[in-house]
Amino acid sequence: MGKHMLKRIDLIFKNEHDTDAILQKIFKRSNEDLINDLIGSGLKGRGGAGFPTGLKWKLTSEAEGDEKYVICNADEGEPGTFKDREILSQVPHKVLTGMAACGRIIGAKKGFIYLRGEYNFLKPNLQKEIDNFHKILKSLKSDFRIEIFSGSGAYICGEESSLMESMEGRRGEPRNKPPFPTEIGYLGKPTVINNVETLAHAWTIFKYGPKKFRDLGVQDSRGSKLFSVSGDTPVAGIYELELGMSLQDFVDDFGDGDTKAVQVGGAAGFCVPRKKFRETAIGYQGKLTGISLPTGGSMMLFNSSRSMYNVLKNYLEFFEEESCGQCTPCRVGCQQLLEGVEAVKRGDKPHHYLDKLMRLTETMKLTAKCGLGQSVANSFSSIVENFREEMIY
Amino acid sequence: MTDIQELVTGLVEKHGRKREKLLPILQGVIEKERSVSDFAMVEIAKQMGISAADVYGTATFYSFMDTEPRGEYVIRICKTITCFMKGKNQILLALEDALKIKLGETTPDRKFTLLETNCLGWCHKAPAMLINDEIYTDLTIEKVHEIIVEYKNK
Repeated sequence: MGKHMLKRIDLIFKNEHDTDAILQKIFKRSNEDLINDLIGSGLKGRGGAGFPTGLKWKLTSEAEGDEKYVICNADEGEPGTFKDREILSQVPHKVLTGMAACGRIIGAKKGFIYLRGEYNFLKPNLQKEIDNFHKILKSLKSDFRIEIFSGSGAYICGEESSLMESMEGRRGEPRNKPPFPTEIGYLGKPTVINNVETLAHAWTIFKYGPKKFRDLGVQDSRGSKLFSVSGDTPVAGIYELELGMSLQDFVDDFGDGDTKAVQVGGAAGFCVPRKKFRETAIGYQGKLTGISLPTGGSMMLFNSSRSMYNVLKNYLEFFEEESCGQCTPCRVGCQQLLEGVEAVKRGDKPHHYLDKLMRLTETMKLTAKCGLGQSVANSFSSIVENFREEMIY
Repeated sequence: MTDIQELVTGLVEKHGRKREKLLPILQGVIEKERSVSDFAMVEIAKQMGISAADVYGTATFYSFMDTEPRGEYVIRICKTITCFMKGKNQILLALEDALKIKLGETTPDRKFTLLETNCLGWCHKAPAMLINDEIYTDLTIEKVHEIIVEYKNK
């Protein structure tokens, strides 16, 4: 590929093993200082939702509770994302350190890693890392302890409140929010729940200070982010890049020369057609002009050989199966959307039935209980709007 | 006491009877039996002091908690978009051919069950499948046949 358009960043996977020294440094500083560093860095949740991490820790530290918890969300189920798996295999100590720092700040003695069942093979090594980490904590007179909790194949459990229901031994059905986990989380106690990558970034910020992180990215989208690149690309894999990049630059670096669309953010994300690559940036809207799309890092490329009808149908089959079934808009909506696009394709329904389905996604966006049901509208409307003829013929 | 009762007793002793231990206990049964039967669910309910409906409701929510009998090796091939684009259907045909069963079935010797699953998180190395907890990626038809022979000889 020769010259890259986008600068490659090497923070997360940089192999640095001074856990002991970093923990000592963290434990010596005041909670206020540490929180200010996190807030100052501009770090936002890397699972996709983008809530400011420092603020989340601050709110939980201020919440009333005899017990508090830290949870690392490693239920990486969004189609097209696979970066958390790689963090947990290559640099688990950074995640564990992030969790211990959080525990110290909010006043939690217990942390959990909710690891998706599909990643069970990571467990032996991860447990070994945790055991070593506990020895270091012990030597520093910290009583914080971390446990692995295994999932069992449910996409919805990546949603934080479903994850907690699952940890409490129940069906992974989302809770109404508010109250947020910062107030009422696992077992009803104040809980910080962060994505794997977020915790690894916290490590970088505590090690190097907030400036190094803040200097990367743009405006409201600070720092670097891991991107999981797949689909029609000659260089599928995991890349750390600055937030705020233009999608055109991304396609120039990672496309196969024939990219017709990029799905940003997985099945729950948005499909961007070629004509909008230039005006689209990857990051949080903030003061940016043009379209800006936040993402958990899933970037799937499609070239002109792909039928976008097949892509949409695959996503809808995914959502129909993974909808928890608790609320009607999502349970029935997903079924109707799938049946609807199939009927239009077969010619059993007229073209304008697609508009009716678009209105259904708007209703789901408004009335579904959680992010899953609300986000079906994203891929549906962005694919149908931009590739309408492929849905029909 | 039956084997299942003994297994459940051991798991309840290890994890305790708190509701938040239900998933680890169910997972312990699956690990040993590859599925959790009605009998096992009732036994778990009894020993944990919760209703069988609660156990059943929880277990059936999770796609990896099979309530139908499964083979010793459960194969789950990823059907989500990238694996689909990279030839998952050919891989499925190769598996059906190698195992002489159809999707959703178990071999008569109860050694293999063939299932599909949603995104396994290996999109950059598609197509991918799990055999129990082991992951296999960059699958080709030849590779599938080799893997199955290896498991048949286990």
